[in-house]
Amino acid sequence: MFRIVEKRLLAENIYLMKVEAPRVARAALPGQFVIVRADALGERVPLTIADMDATEGSVTIVIQTLGVSTRKICAMEVDDMLADFAGPLGRPSEFVKLPLEELRKRRYVFIGGGVGTAPVYPQVKWLHERGVDVDVIIGAKSAQMLIYTEQMAQVCSHLYITTDDGSAGSKGLVTAKLEELIAAGNHYDECVAIGPMIMMKFVALTTKKYNLKTTVSLNALMVDGTGMCGACRVTVAGKTRFTCVEGPEFDAHEVDFDEAMRRQGMYRTQEQRAAAIAAEREAGHKCRIGLDK
Amino acid sequence: MANKIPRVPVREQNPAVRATNFEEVCYGYNLEEAQLEATRCLDCKKPRCVAACPVGLQIPRFIEALRKGRLPEAAAIIAEDSSLPSICGRVCPQESQCEGACILGIKGEPVAIGKIERFIGDWKLEHSEELPPVVAAKNGKRVAVVGSGPAGLACASDLAKWGYEVTVFEALHQLGGVLVYGIPEFRLPKERIVSREIAEVERLGVKFETDVIVGRTVTIDSLLDEEGFDAVFIGSGAGLPRFMGIEGENLNGVVSANEFLTRANLMHAYDKQYDTPIYVGQRVVVVGGGNVAMDAVRTAKRLGAEATIVYRRSEKELPARVEEVHHAKEEGIEFRMLTNPVAVLGDEQGWVTGLRCVEMELGEPDESGRRSPVVKEGSEFELACDVVIMALGTSPNPLIASTTAGLETNRRGCITATDEGATTREGVFAGGDAVTGAATVILAMGAGRKAAKAIDAYLKEQ
Repeated sequence: MFRIVEKRLLAENIYLMKVEAPRVARAALPGQFVIVRADALGERVPLTIADMDATEGSVTIVIQTLGVSTRKICAMEVDDMLADFAGPLGRPSEFVKLPLEELRKRRYVFIGGGVGTAPVYPQVKWLHERGVDVDVIIGAKSAQMLIYTEQMAQVCSHLYITTDDGSAGSKGLVTAKLEELIAAGNHYDECVAIGPMIMMKFVALTTKKYNLKTTVSLNALMVDGTGMCGACRVTVAGKTRFTCVEGPEFDAHEVDFDEAMRRQGMYRTQEQRAAAIAAEREAGHKCRIGLDK
Repeated sequence: MANKIPRVPVREQNPAVRATNFEEVCYGYNLEEAQLEATRCLDCKKPRCVAACPVGLQIPRFIEALRKGRLPEAAAIIAEDSSLPSICGRVCPQESQCEGACILGIKGEPVAIGKIERFIGDWKLEHSEELPPVVAAKNGKRVAVVGSGPAGLACASDLAKWGYEVTVFEALHQLGGVLVYGIPEFRLPKERIVSREIAEVERLGVKFETDVIVGRTVTIDSLLDEEGFDAVFIGSGAGLPRFMGIEGENLNGVVSANEFLTRANLMHAYDKQYDTPIYVGQRVVVVGGGNVAMDAVRTAKRLGAEATIVYRRSEKELPARVEEVHHAKEEGIEFRMLTNPVAVLGDEQGWVTGLRCVEMELGEPDESGRRSPVVKEGSEFELACDVVIMALGTSPNPLIASTTAGLETNRRGCITATDEGATTREGVFAGGDAVTGAATVILAMGAGRKAAKAIDAYLKEQ
């Protein structure tokens, strides 16, 4: 059992939770994720790590309520116990293994979209602590949906914000901001994009034009997260790869995003149905026409 | 003199009923039936059954003890060689081991050794409180066991009995490994059998820690150097599911048997109280012929689908236990032998609509001695289905080998280990599927026990 030590609402339906998990905190590196199960009946939900503190023994996750399981986790409060918190899973970001001198010569641009901004943070922080020059673009629907802007500003060289409605930063998509930066003469050695699959797809298409090496972190469906089930398989450079043990980060220019997006929807109708039933139950409604059968 | 009665039939759930539920198929013998079956044993001077058992269970001895009503003694005789009789009695391929060698099987039916073993194992679980565990005084040495499947449980219980302080690390949230995520409830009840077998191991003083992925959360080196373990046993199991590499394999609706079974077994997706979804569709085709394929196809049937097995060789070559094939047929599973998929077909949205197959015929024997299947020219046809489950075995999980310097693997990626379980790293031992590739519960258990002996010898030398 793993105790929740902090919980905050970051934006509508987006929560931050800090969890006591000393073993995970000690081992976690940027780019990795955890599998969380709320209770004995819960699903195993893969969630990227938003921060870790080895001394304190805590790991931070940021969750958006999307279905039954994420809603269940987000309904838990400080001092509640999560049934399971397993990790760190997946391979750490590639840059973790680069020699420091080489790393310091490189310039990175990170793109975080929506709730995907959270896992960008530990990567940028890790690089910043080692004196690497990093620019960050954060994109969201509106000012209310922006997360991690203050923390991010403290660990990057330049922070750019875009919103779909222009209520904060510049109006438009993250890809437009990236092109603008490149046009203005910024040279980047690598781009890392984490966010909705559709955003990552378009970032990949954009950076391809500039021949800019790009890494994405895929949020594929998973059950065990240790390589056993194969639910998370994606096609990268024409080959089937397992996101959980070979990823979650892959070369964006080689990922088959259309297939990855389709595969994410594999259980959607069932999940949506389950979410609807759960909401009804919560409201005290007892189904009499058999929809919950 | 042995009793010349026919083999005592075992009571089973009605096939039509059980195809719709997850209750155990076989009810097993009661005391009277088990003792009657025990009278059939010839008590051979040179028991062939013992020689054919991967762990050398003293079969005629425990059968005799049972016949005489000495159940604690029968249980103790089994315990000399096996730590999981309730499980092995249910899942061992007896027809190719003990029962396959039984002399009575030449002209008639062999003694139902598996059913007798199961009866004694279950009796022991029922009476565990009257049978206090015998544990040696603590010797101050600590051993870490990776994985709580059959290999890990067997290794841990022996070491604990000999006075070692043992901690088992399990990657998943529930203990039992393949006994829990792989083998379905209708073949191996989780609460009644698996949990109680594990509780027995706990009674010996073994500690368990779930949610620890060795190779990620901790490493073999950190267990030895930082956490103060004197030796490690790796029983991490099989690994990554294999796919065929054919067109359409990543369409929505194609899953590995591991995924399908893990959703159903470990995550209880068939029980509405649980949150994990499972996609079953109307027509399911399972590709493969082993026990895992049978488990998947019978689970699909129980979840309401029309379910078919597609296997590239003939029925004679099916690697599954004979009893499982028989049960599957009784439950209305369709078997398409000598059939091999060449492509998965899908609709415009990317969902499975069928499986394109070819018919096969058996050619010359290959290196395994089995006649290898060859494609019949012009035999291509399509099978309509909305779910395809690939049950083609697994390839080793790289998590531990890739994070442990000096731990060698073989050409296939399995951890290199001697028969006794010693790996290429001092103080690190391994056994079970992690070493052999996917095999059986009994072989894994046997390997776990051999490694326990080797660890004991190694630590005594230190």
